Amino acid sequence: MDGSAILARLRARLGARVLETHEHHGDHTAVVTREGIVDALGYCRDDALLRFDMLMDLTAVDYLKFPGREDGPRFDVVYHLYSVPHNHRVRLKVRVEQDAASVPTATGLWPIANWFEREVWDMFGIRFEGHPDLRRLLMYEEFVGHPLRKDYPIERRQPLIGPNV
Amino acid sequence: MPERTARELFLGEGPGAGSGSQNLYVNLGPAHPAMHGIIRIFAELDGEVVVKTDVEIGYLHRAFEKECEIGPYNNAIPFTDRLNYVSPLINNFAYASAVEKLLDIEITERCKYIRVVMSEISRVCDHLTCVGASAMELGAFTVFLYMIKAREFLWELVEDVTGARLTISYGRVGGVKADLPEGFGIKVRKAFAEVRQVLSEVHTLITGNRIFMDRMVGVGALSAEESIAWGITGPLLRAAGVPFDLRRVQPYWAYDRVEFEVPLGKNGDNFDRYLVRMAEMEQSMRMVDQALERMPGGAINVDFEGREIPVDAYVDRGKQGKTEGLLLLPITLSPNLQGQGRAAQERVNVADKRVVLPPKETTYGSIEGLMNHFMLVMDGYGIRPPAGEAYFAAEGANGELGFYVVSDGGDRPYRVRCRPPCLPPVAALPRMIEGQMVADIVPTFGSVNMIGGELDR
Repeated sequence: MDGSAILARLRARLGARVLETHEHHGDHTAVVTREGIVDALGYCRDDALLRFDMLMDLTAVDYLKFPGREDGPRFDVVYHLYSVPHNHRVRLKVRVEQDAASVPTATGLWPIANWFEREVWDMFGIRFEGHPDLRRLLMYEEFVGHPLRKDYPIERRQPLIGPNV
Repeated sequence: MPERTARELFLGEGPGAGSGSQNLYVNLGPAHPAMHGIIRIFAELDGEVVVKTDVEIGYLHRAFEKECEIGPYNNAIPFTDRLNYVSPLINNFAYASAVEKLLDIEITERCKYIRVVMSEISRVCDHLTCVGASAMELGAFTVFLYMIKAREFLWELVEDVTGARLTISYGRVGGVKADLPEGFGIKVRKAFAEVRQVLSEVHTLITGNRIFMDRMVGVGALSAEESIAWGITGPLLRAAGVPFDLRRVQPYWAYDRVEFEVPLGKNGDNFDRYLVRMAEMEQSMRMVDQALERMPGGAINVDFEGREIPVDAYVDRGKQGKTEGLLLLPITLSPNLQGQGRAAQERVNVADKRVVLPPKETTYGSIEGLMNHFMLVMDGYGIRPPAGEAYFAAEGANGELGFYVVSDGGDRPYRVRCRPPCLPPVAALPRMIEGQMVADIVPTFGSVNMIGGELDR
């Protein structure tokens, strides 16, 4: 299935849960509402024509300093899906406000979402509702803040931890 | 008090054993010789059986993604070297291709072949390291030495092309740093003969070896469905029998113009992973042979009436106002810049002033060239893709290596996300080792081929 047909199918089946769709550089993207994301992902995984059986990547982007999006929803949570049987890809996105930075978890659909979501929580401070074990993945527990946020300065020092401090 | 038997004491059976769990908690790592970098496996053992494990990563986190946002686009190239430090060339090229996708530019034909050749050489290095190290952990130290010897021959090739063995920084947005050196094909054939010899020796040593098979067959297995659900790609998925290889299903660069097979396993256990990696090395070398044969461009043939004009004379002619044809005069470049002259540059890089540094003759010989050079390296200028986003996936040595680059129209990436190929298998590691013996942790972990640099970024 080519990308525009995938997007058309998503728009037809998910209705109002798809906010917008677009295509850039051959990548096809559908922006989905926060409440509808688990439905959308589940539909993508189980529909016979789509069969996106692999969650290739899950990440986020902080649009705090992006020209034109300073006022809009601050974060995008980005899902890259791939279908092994049909060999096609799609990208789903959820826009998240800074004050309500949480998204329903996808761990019920793919086990790998567990670690990807832990990384997004660690790096961006976006919570995943219903996640079984939302701990930091790359940083240590005592770390303060979320380093990939645009308002986290790269030169910030963290307190030293360990037995000999 | 009656004496307790060993069975009662260690397995918690019998009347004198007390109550409650007698499981033992064991830490493997973070700093452990078999942990290939730094990672902690916290295992709960019931006797010798692994009941439950927790894998802790992040000890090698270097803020790769944050660091990329600080400098211009090409500044991220050296950081990508340090992602997978065993096959850094693939990282270089995949990142460059993601930015090229964002810029909508098409690289030259010769450059595509060079990327294929260098990526496949890297893949062989990576598999040699992985197989050698896992064999060493099972006691086959000879295999490790043989394979590291073979890798050494390949790293000499890499050194010949890039000037470095590991931190190569050879990829560039829009092309590569320099053309292949003269006589590269002959060196490749010599090195490959050595590698093929080593591979056949290793097959003889361990493929049918009773001890090796006992430790590998049926250990750490993951079915095809489960591998897909865990997002596992690369040799581990192919060992489970899924023919997913990006070079075949979504060909990029020149992969659609070389013939190769996608080796598949059946059981998805450690032994199949080993066999898949061994077969992939043969296929990679086959691809390099073909690509070198078909590489367009041919030998270097710049000879301007058999005369080379030194840079100072070049400038003097310009001062005299004799500028016509000046840009076409060949000049002697410093040996450090070998392969970056005009002739080489035109073969390997796109002719796009917005992206690629001008040939050194032009930079040193004309004001326009100098300005072009400065515009690309000055703060606030440089490569400026239009606002947007692009995801490019390449087949890394461990699986799908994806770069997701977001641009805000400025000269720095707004966001660079690396999809590390070895994160999903490490996340699935508890699933692979739970229920197995404690001695199976190390070979399974070896077959995952965790690379700390890309896992923790």
